[in-house]
This record gives sequence, structure tokens and C-alpha cells, in this order.
Amino acid sequence: MKPDSLPVASQSATVTPELLAQHNITPEEYQRILSALGRTPSLTELGIYSVMWSEHCSYKSSRVHLKRLPTKSDRVIQGPGENAGIIDVGDGWACAFKIESHNHPSYIEPFQGATTGVGGILRDIFTMGARPLAIMDSLRFGPIVHETNDDTPDELIRKNHSITEGVVSGVASYGNCFGVPNLGGETKFENCYSGNPLVNAFALGMVRREEIFYGKASGIGNPVIYVGAKTGRDGIHGATMASEEFKEGSEQKRPNVQVGDPFMEKLLLEACLEAMQTGAVVGIQDMGAAGLTCSTCEMGARGGVGLDVELDLVPQRATGMTAYEIMLSESQERMLLVAEKGREREILSVFEKWGLDGVIVGEVIGENRLRIRHHGVIVADIPNTSLTDDAPLYHRPVGTWKAPVPLDPPADVLAQLKNNRDYIEDLKTLLSSANICSKRWVHEQYDSMVQTNTVQGPGQEAGVMRIKGTKRALAMALDGNGRWAYLDPRLGAMHAVAESARKVACTGSVPVAATNCLNFGNPEKPEIMAQLSAAIDGIAEACTALGTPITGGNVSLYNETRGEGIYPTPVVGIVGILEDVSKAVRADFKKAGDAVLLLSAPVVTRTDLQREFGSSEYAKTILGVLWGTPPSLDLTHEAALQKCLITLSEEGVLCSARDISDGGIAVALAEACFANSVGAMITLTNPRDTMPLCALFEEGATRVIVTCATSDVERIQSVAGKSGCAATPLGVTAARKLDIRLNGQVVVSEQVADLRQVWAGALESMLYSEVHGSQTPDAMLRS
Amino acid sequence: MKFGVLVFPGSNCDRDTYNVIAELAHQPVTFLWHDSENLENCDAIVVPGGFAYGDYLRTGAIARFSPVMQSVQKFAADGGLVLGICNGFQILCESGLLPGALMRNQGLKYICKQVHLRTETTHTPFTQRLTKGQVVKIPIGHMEGNYFCDEATLAALEGEDRIAFRYATSAGEITTEANPNGSIGNIAGVLNEGRNVLGMMPHPDRSSEALLGSSDGLAIFESMVTALAAR
Repeated sequence: MKPDSLPVASQSATVTPELLAQHNITPEEYQRILSALGRTPSLTELGIYSVMWSEHCSYKSSRVHLKRLPTKSDRVIQGPGENAGIIDVGDGWACAFKIESHNHPSYIEPFQGATTGVGGILRDIFTMGARPLAIMDSLRFGPIVHETNDDTPDELIRKNHSITEGVVSGVASYGNCFGVPNLGGETKFENCYSGNPLVNAFALGMVRREEIFYGKASGIGNPVIYVGAKTGRDGIHGATMASEEFKEGSEQKRPNVQVGDPFMEKLLLEACLEAMQTGAVVGIQDMGAAGLTCSTCEMGARGGVGLDVELDLVPQRATGMTAYEIMLSESQERMLLVAEKGREREILSVFEKWGLDGVIVGEVIGENRLRIRHHGVIVADIPNTSLTDDAPLYHRPVGTWKAPVPLDPPADVLAQLKNNRDYIEDLKTLLSSANICSKRWVHEQYDSMVQTNTVQGPGQEAGVMRIKGTKRALAMALDGNGRWAYLDPRLGAMHAVAESARKVACTGSVPVAATNCLNFGNPEKPEIMAQLSAAIDGIAEACTALGTPITGGNVSLYNETRGEGIYPTPVVGIVGILEDVSKAVRADFKKAGDAVLLLSAPVVTRTDLQREFGSSEYAKTILGVLWGTPPSLDLTHEAALQKCLITLSEEGVLCSARDISDGGIAVALAEACFANSVGAMITLTNPRDTMPLCALFEEGATRVIVTCATSDVERIQSVAGKSGCAATPLGVTAARKLDIRLNGQVVVSEQVADLRQVWAGALESMLYSEVHGSQTPDAMLRS
Repeated sequence: MKFGVLVFPGSNCDRDTYNVIAELAHQPVTFLWHDSENLENCDAIVVPGGFAYGDYLRTGAIARFSPVMQSVQKFAADGGLVLGICNGFQILCESGLLPGALMRNQGLKYICKQVHLRTETTHTPFTQRLTKGQVVKIPIGHMEGNYFCDEATLAALEGEDRIAFRYATSAGEITTEANPNGSIGNIAGVLNEGRNVLGMMPHPDRSSEALLGSSDGLAIFESMVTALAAR
């Protein structure tokens, strides 16, 4: 039989309800496939549809809502829809950045799930022609220690330890070997993430404006080149797995998780950037989720052309792989590129130099179809747009969401709040709690300095990277608060944008663009869609108000295990530009004798402080109760505060700036003391002196602690006044001791060294206390 | 005067090192590809940090067999200046150009942080612009930096003034707490017998500009420039 003589129509799969269920395809979706093809699909085609129409690849539940996000500004070169967003940063430079989730794989296999999460986001960046400059990650795990009123079983705590340890070492292992600095991010712990950790990886890269590449095929007859690692059977149906809830036995999906090879990725980076320099690359796209399937149909669809590929030519790691397996494999560290016909040699020789496979596997065709051959026989022949733009789009029912917690504090808690307490003890408890304590244990495992651009690394408000050859720097920060979004998805999402942008502004940088990672539960439940829709509204509103359009990101749904969903968790990454890197402001008190001021909105109208306190770290950690609402947020005041910070940094009057966040002003003051062992003498006044506790630990937004030379206080107050903010003097920095007076009463008086001690080693001792007795591995080796 | 920076597949501090030599020490510099034996008449060789060939085996174990390292062996034997940083130090130990070995860190984890080093000798082309006992702030970033050698070697290193740097407190005390990785004798950098080869785990390439937290490392490159100028 001649190769082409067996038509794909005659390879029809025997489509049973079981087969469709295995592929996560609904009967309605199957009808769509039949009408798109005009015939019964082959098994390979069914597999291709199943991954491309999975929630992970098609965004079928979220797309109608994502359209409400602002995506444009003068700086945006590329918005959502490409492998990464791109903004103009001046001097001919542009930066590509994006955040993406790898939640499901990281639960099943923490180390490899995390490595491939980092690997995937890095490829998204360098496929645009950008050299990765920095990564950050936003990590959320279940509790690693029992807190007040927490009945998490010991077994689960131990499992959370191992997931935390595995994910952190996975992130470290990949980024360190690849050679990109990790500037930190967030590491948070909350009960709802026990069966469903969140691993959101952010990456940012630099590219010359005129050297940006896109994932678009063009030029009929141009060769399609496969480069990088060989294709194996790993990761088949990874995208489908990421589009389901976890149930009993999900651990058995371990073979669905890919294995990362950062060395291969490093070679791929260097080879791709070098190949791009030849000028012979027409388009390029990485093979991430849905592997060869996604890259072939998306490149064709974007260019309005088709790709015709022979799978026999694809480098394979295993023998006897079927077309189905090759098309659905999610083997890592692979790229697909389209070259200019006649210049293939120039490209292939670059890959030879780096010791990588580079093989012509097909060509660009005029028809807008995905045509796949195996052993010369066409095994799939699908209209591209049916896989991409015309994929199912659901207007899923949007219900209502109200968190099942009281709005007002329970009476016994309220009584407790009004009593005088040992505030030093409370402060120490917070400083040593999992969410607030030092994340040094995490960050020291990351190479944060390679590439020699890191001006501010982990532990600062934002990462700050200088751009070599210019005076400029880029700042970046990630933020999200699932508990707040659970209580009020819209307001919680607004806070994620505002706080992330505020952190960037604290360094003196102008926030200019955003990326988001939306981690939610099962979208087939109307209340989950209500959370998602409200969160998107909140992000849209805050991004518009703060001038930071969304340039891309990722939606991760079905974050549920055994029907228990996570808190809705929108995570936002903000990128900012600092015109003069020498003016970057750090978060730590510099020296004794500086003035300490609170920069805030002019009139603090906090009518619902008691309700807002229920969403605080204090309520979670010390009271073990959740009630109320997130703090209120006025975006006009927030924008004014950020503008004020930027003006002050331009004028060079700030010695430090620190956002007041988890744990309130008391924790922010303590943390500002640690790096340089500088204390402070602070006087707070609480106009409504009913609850001194709230004055110390409430987490109201739009507040930043700044320090300056005492001679600059008036200057700061004048700039603040003109910007529409207030600058209230709180005291001075001092030697080695933190004193806080509240309404004339001394409430905190403690050596900085003692406070630092409980904060610095807490994470390590929590992680190693129950698993290995009281010893760290270091201590075990020494003993 | 020309510097050569080796590039292995997986090197990732090659560009950082190149940048320091070109932009901060203001010297001519070129990359040398692992697959070539041609050192292009360089006057000094830097073996940079990273993960040569992925280092999935033992760190530096494959790199020592590369064509470029055969030339570096001859170059060092003829008295040429060779500086190995981090992975470069591991490669020089594997190649036998330096004694001892670098084991997994005592805490078993990768560590990236600023550390302090005490300058133990200035009678070298790499440290002559420092003063003996001077404390310098230079960061580390490694998984395998736990230096080990047998007692006879240690005695020789100490007796022949071949320990260049030890991990120390900011006040210059050699303590267990100041030792980040468990290295024997807090050793952070050693010299060969001819004193023309230095290997060190800390990264002077990452500490040559105040903007990045320290400029102490630049003295090492400047010392090499001074030494080459005097030849």
C-alpha cells in the first residue's frame, strides 16, 4: 500500500462513552469534533482534541471573563495570546515576562513538578528571543505546624513538609543549573493548600526591541525544524490531568508528570538565541503543555497557514511510540521552529555546535490545517482553528459566593481583643509564624546572584535587576492573599494588584505592567465561577487604576482534592521601571538617628476595623478564627501613595521604604530592624483606643513605613501633601532596640537581636521539628 | 595582555566573568570554547562557575577530559595564570591542577549568600593587591563546596602558604559558624605548588561592583593584571 493511500477517515476510532470519558471530552464536545472534521476522528485526532480543548490549553471556562482585563498601554508591545507579554523599557530594550502555574504536577511529584514549572516558564520567555534575567515564584503549601485551633492530622503535616521541601529544591535545582537568578517571591501556608499546593513560577527576560520572535508560522514551503530533547512517553495527558480535580489514586498519575533537565534547557537557550541571530528563523514556539500538538497547531493558526509533519522524523527516546504518544508527549526542553527555506543549514549547524538534535520534520503548507503523518500515512488532518480560536467557549453559570464565616467577631474573641495582652509575646508569635517568619531557608537554596545584575534580591520588597549598559533597572514583585480573596474575591484580587505594585513602588520604581495567575477550584460549580468572575473584575479595576495592564498569565482551575477547593487565589506579578538604579530604595532601616514616618492615605477612614481584623494574620495565627472582610482599599489613594514614593525616591530623600503587610505595623517595624541591626523608638496614637491590639497588628492597605534624614522630614511631608498623601512622623531609628509606645503606654520594648532570633530560624525548625526530631540535616551531620 | 574565559556547555558565569574583566578591570578578554585546544595566546585563563556538562556525574568530572582542559594543563605547567571560580575550582581539582576535592555541602543544600573571607596570603599573583588578614566580602553559590584533603596535603598547604582564603566572621575570626559548607580548616581557596593556579569557591565575579553588594572581588582580577604587567 502506498503511504498516502490509507485515508485518515478509514482510521476511525471506535468511540465509546468510556473512551470519551478517558479523554475528558463531553458528548457535546464530541459532536463539535464530528462537525469540525466532517467524519469520525482517528484515535490520534481524538487525543489531539482532548489536550487542546482541555481547560489548561483552551481556557474554555475563563476566556469570556478574561476579556474584561485591561491589556493595553503605550509600553505594551505584546499583550495576552503569545508565549509571554512584552513591554518597552527604553533604550531599545524590551522585556518579556509571564507567570504560570504548575500546581497539579507539584502535588503528585513535588520536585519534578516544580522543576518543570520553572523550565516551562523559562522557555516561554526565550522563545520570544529574550534572555531570561530573573525568576520568582509564589508558593503555597498546607500547614507545616499546628497553629491555634488547627486540627490538621500529623500525617498531613508531615506530607506538607515533604511537599515544601521537594518543591523548593525543585525550583532551586532547575534555576541554579540553568543560570538564572531567583529573586524570591512568596511562600505561604494555609490549610486549604494541603491537598493542593500552588506553584506559580514567574520569569522575565530581556530582548532588543527589533529582535523579538513570535510563535507564528509563515512562508509556504518553509521547513519546520524540531530542536532540543528527544520525545519520550513522559507527560502524556499532563494538560488533561491539570484540568481535573484530584481524587483517591491521583498519586498514580505520577507518570503523567514530566522530568526536567535544566542542563538541556541551558543548551537550548544558548542554541536558540544563537540560531535567532542568523536571521533565518521565521517563527518559534516552545513545546510545553500538549507538546508537539500545541506548537504545531498554534503556530499554524497564528500565521493562517498549516504545518505538515512526519512523526518518523521526530527524535524519539523510546522505540515503538505511536503517533498518539508522540503528539501528546510533554517531554521537556523541546522547541519547534520554522526557518527560511534554503537557510536550514545555518540553523542546524548552531544546534550541532551545542550538541542538540535539530531535525527538519515537515513544512509549512497553504491550507490552514494540522496534518500529521506517521510512517508516511496521514494520521491526523484537522482544521487548525477548530483546535485554537474555535475551541469550546463556555459561559458557565456564575452563582453567588459568600464565605461561610461570620462578618463580626464572635463575642468571646471580641472580649479577648479588648483585654490588655503581652504584646511582645504576640509579636514574637507572629514573627515566628510560618507565613511571616524569615524565608531564608528557601531563598538561600536559590542562586539569586548569577548574571551579576541583582541589585535587590530575596527578602526585599521587590527584586531589582539593573539593565547592563544603561542606568535603568527593572523591579518585580509577586503578591496574592487567598484568605482575603476567599472572604471577598473582588477586593482580595484588588489587594493582590495593589500590594504587588506598592512593593515595586517602595523601591522607587514605576509599576508599568502586570501578569496574573488565577488559581481556583472547579469551574463547573457556580460559586467557583462567581469567585473567578469577581476576582477578574477586581484585577481589572485595580490594574486600570494603577496603570498596569495585564500582558499575559495563566488560569489554573480544578484545584480541588476530594471535592475540597482551595481558597480562590489570584496571584499578581507587577513589573516596574527604575530610571536611575543608583536611587533604588531598600526596605531595611539603614542606621540609627533617621526619622521614621508613616506614609498613608490622607484621611484614614477605617470604619470596620473589627471586621477587617478577622482577615489578619493575627486572627489566623494567634486567635485561630476567621471572620469579617479584607481591609478596605481606595485605589485613588493607593495610586497617590505609589506616586509619592516614586517622587521621593527620585529626589533621593528616602533611606528605606517598607510596605505594611502581614502582621501589621508592629511586624513591619520589627522586620525593618533586622538586616542592619538598627532599632527604633516609635510612638503610635490610636484615636479610638478601644482595641490597642488592632493598632499594632491590623493590616490596613496603602501604608508604608519610610525613613529619612531628620532634616528631610519637612520635605517628605510637603511632597506627600502635594501627592494627596499623609506623612505622619512616628519616631526615630535607634541602636539595637525596638520600643513602641501606644497612647503613651510602652507596648513593645525588646532587643532587635531577640526579635530577630525567633524570626530567623523559625521555618527551618518547623520543617525539621516533627519529621526528624529536633535536628536539622546540618545538625545531624555535625553530630 | 589578554584573558581567556572558558565556556563549557552548562557554564553560566562565563558572561559574568567576561564582563568584570572587560568592563571593570578594563582588559582584553575572549571566550574559549571547550571543544578547542587553542588558547588563542591568552596570558591568563579563567575557568568560570556554572554546571559544566550539567554536572550530573561528579562536579567537574567530565570537564577535565575536554580538549580545552588539555591545553590549560600545559599552560599551567608552563607557569600561566589560571583562576578557577566555583565550578572552575571543582574542575581544577578534578584535573589534578589543584589538590583535594569538593564534596557536597555539609547541610546537603545549595547555598547562595554573602560570606566573609580572610586573606591568608598575599604572595600570589591573585591576591597581591590585598593585605594579609584582610577580610573581604565575596558571595558563594554552590552545592558542592565542602573542601576536603588528606592530612599530609593539608599540612603541605599550610606549610607552603598555599591557602589563599578561609571563611571567616566579619571580624576575621575563623569559626565553625563562619564556615558555610563544612570545608576542612574553613578553606575557601587554595593554590598549586607553583602559585600560578588559584581555585576558590566564592565568586569574585559577583562582588566587583558596589551596586551588587560588594566590590572586594575586583582586587583579585586587578592583582592578576598587576602580575601580568610585571612579567
